[in-house]
Amino acid sequence: MPPKKRILIYAFGNPGRQDDGLGNRLVEELEPWLGECGYDHVELESNYQLNIEDADNIAERDIVVFVDASIEDIEDFHFGLVEPSEGRSEFTMHAASPAFILALCIKLYQKHPETYLLQIRGYEWEFLEELSTKTTQNLASALTFIKERITREDFGQSLSDKQI
Amino acid sequence: MGRKITIEPVTRVEGHGKVTIHLDDQGNVTQSRLHIVEFRGFERFVQGRPYWEMPVLVQRLCGICPVSHHLAAAKALDVIVGAGMGDGLTPTAEKMRRLMHYGQIFQSHSLHFFHLAAPDMVFGIDGDPAIRNVIGLVLTNKELAVQGVMMRKFGQEIISATAGKKIHGTGAIPGGINKHLSETERDEFLKGADPMNIDKMIDWSQAAVDWFKDYHKNNKDFIDTYADFPSNHLSLVRKDGAMDLYHGVLRAVDSEGKKILHDVDYQNYLDYIDEEVRSWSYMKFPYLKEYGKQNGWYTVGPLARLNTADFIPSPLAQKEFEIYKAYTGGKPNNMSMHMHWARLIEILHSAEMMKELLNDPDIVSGELVTKGQKVNEGIGLLEAPRGTLFHHYEINGKDQISMANLIVSTTNNNQPMNNAVNQVAKTWMSGQTEITEPMMNAVEVSIRAYDPCLSCATHAFGQMPLEVSLYNANNELIDYKRK
Repeated sequence: MPPKKRILIYAFGNPGRQDDGLGNRLVEELEPWLGECGYDHVELESNYQLNIEDADNIAERDIVVFVDASIEDIEDFHFGLVEPSEGRSEFTMHAASPAFILALCIKLYQKHPETYLLQIRGYEWEFLEELSTKTTQNLASALTFIKERITREDFGQSLSDKQI
Repeated sequence: MGRKITIEPVTRVEGHGKVTIHLDDQGNVTQSRLHIVEFRGFERFVQGRPYWEMPVLVQRLCGICPVSHHLAAAKALDVIVGAGMGDGLTPTAEKMRRLMHYGQIFQSHSLHFFHLAAPDMVFGIDGDPAIRNVIGLVLTNKELAVQGVMMRKFGQEIISATAGKKIHGTGAIPGGINKHLSETERDEFLKGADPMNIDKMIDWSQAAVDWFKDYHKNNKDFIDTYADFPSNHLSLVRKDGAMDLYHGVLRAVDSEGKKILHDVDYQNYLDYIDEEVRSWSYMKFPYLKEYGKQNGWYTVGPLARLNTADFIPSPLAQKEFEIYKAYTGGKPNNMSMHMHWARLIEILHSAEMMKELLNDPDIVSGELVTKGQKVNEGIGLLEAPRGTLFHHYEINGKDQISMANLIVSTTNNNQPMNNAVNQVAKTWMSGQTEITEPMMNAVEVSIRAYDPCLSCATHAFGQMPLEVSLYNANNELIDYKRK
């Protein structure tokens, strides 16, 4: 039996800014489940935002799933493949996009992990710790989805209509 | 017919800022302004919250420099809980906080230099924007790019180990710190596998300073004349005049080096500093009261710190400080692009200080918290990566915050950033009829030298494209560009 693929679920956002912390919450809720299932090939990471050092952090993974809150007009969540992008407009002064991190990883280390972005719809962005009530179902749906993916051997294959 | 050029928002600057440049009928720049257009009332938001929440609560303000806010808030609360005026912490608490702070300076400055400043230097202000970034840097100088990535990572790991976690760290608490560094963590930072150890970080920091000095030799016109204007400079210094990024007294010098603020206790900062509100920006304009709004504005950050300090208390950085000071004959350095040189010397100093602290036994053992008699007001200052950061709180009888005043580094640099924009705009925009990408980047480079964090200053967040709007004298939009 081949070794299991090394998976990194990496959430970014500020949980002190209400729904911006959706990804961070997903990772928190995923942690005990991974322990119960004994899935030690899956690692979790959570940070305020992505930055250049994350190119190094993803380089040795087979699969990376970035998790972020979204203000885009999506139903509950969206899961899609990330293509590397070096576009300047994709990063501001102190943060970078998943596509930029992947591009930097490829250029620096010649490694190209299979990379996805899981976006969860958020609605409120004030100085509060609590997620808005409207996100409860979105978070639950995203959690169910990612758990199901982790249990599959073909993690990114056969994506449904959630794929970009 | 005069015109108004708007650059909005400014890319690679957090938060929402825009630049307007007014031209007269002959195409000469008559006025330039950096506007900050978003504001959320964080200082009001915290009113009514228990005071002990502040070191964690303020991290909601900014995901970019949360550690600086965490520590400044903790310093203010040290005063409130009776743990002294910055000199009352246990050795362990003070050293753990300093280690966290130098980790923050190290990672933030590394990000700025390698990710933001170096591409403009390597490829030029008018270089192809498609490659004028850290990925372009990888293609031309991979070693430098890798060093930048790993130095940033090392600093982040120091923060995580001292603050307890990456998000909403809880390390600093009123009156002290809540953890030691474990011996395993300490040994990993001291002797970790190459390159993740402190000796390699010091080597790379020195190499980065050397890289800049070589670049400077070949690009003096750019580095020495770009946004060069006289300014006052303000920072904390240690009581003996040494650079101290964590604690000290407030000192300011004028553009000629004359002391204009004489090592005063920052608990009395309101006696010396005021903030002006101008109708066209949400970001205030701080100034030294004694010299007034017109002449009392000042610069903070790396350039200011190397202008106010008498020496740097670590050997390699001190050696570089002497070279740096000799370049201006010992006078204050007013060249905005020398901010990068100063920043690199601070990276080297931070690396040296981290090594000293990691080798200190107080880091892994000792008392964590100081207790004392509570008072109802406290002020905490430190030198954040971008400059002096002020946190000022008052509490009521229910231990709730009743007043908060925050002056962030970027706010302190409001006037110098406006001056830098104005000078660069006059050079690049005067006589032009079309706004090109290099012209826009030229203005941004002058702002970026200050490493502004408008996220802190405005409490905005998100990624920003660049928009350019062109208005005629009647304020009619005649051109618009977005990238």
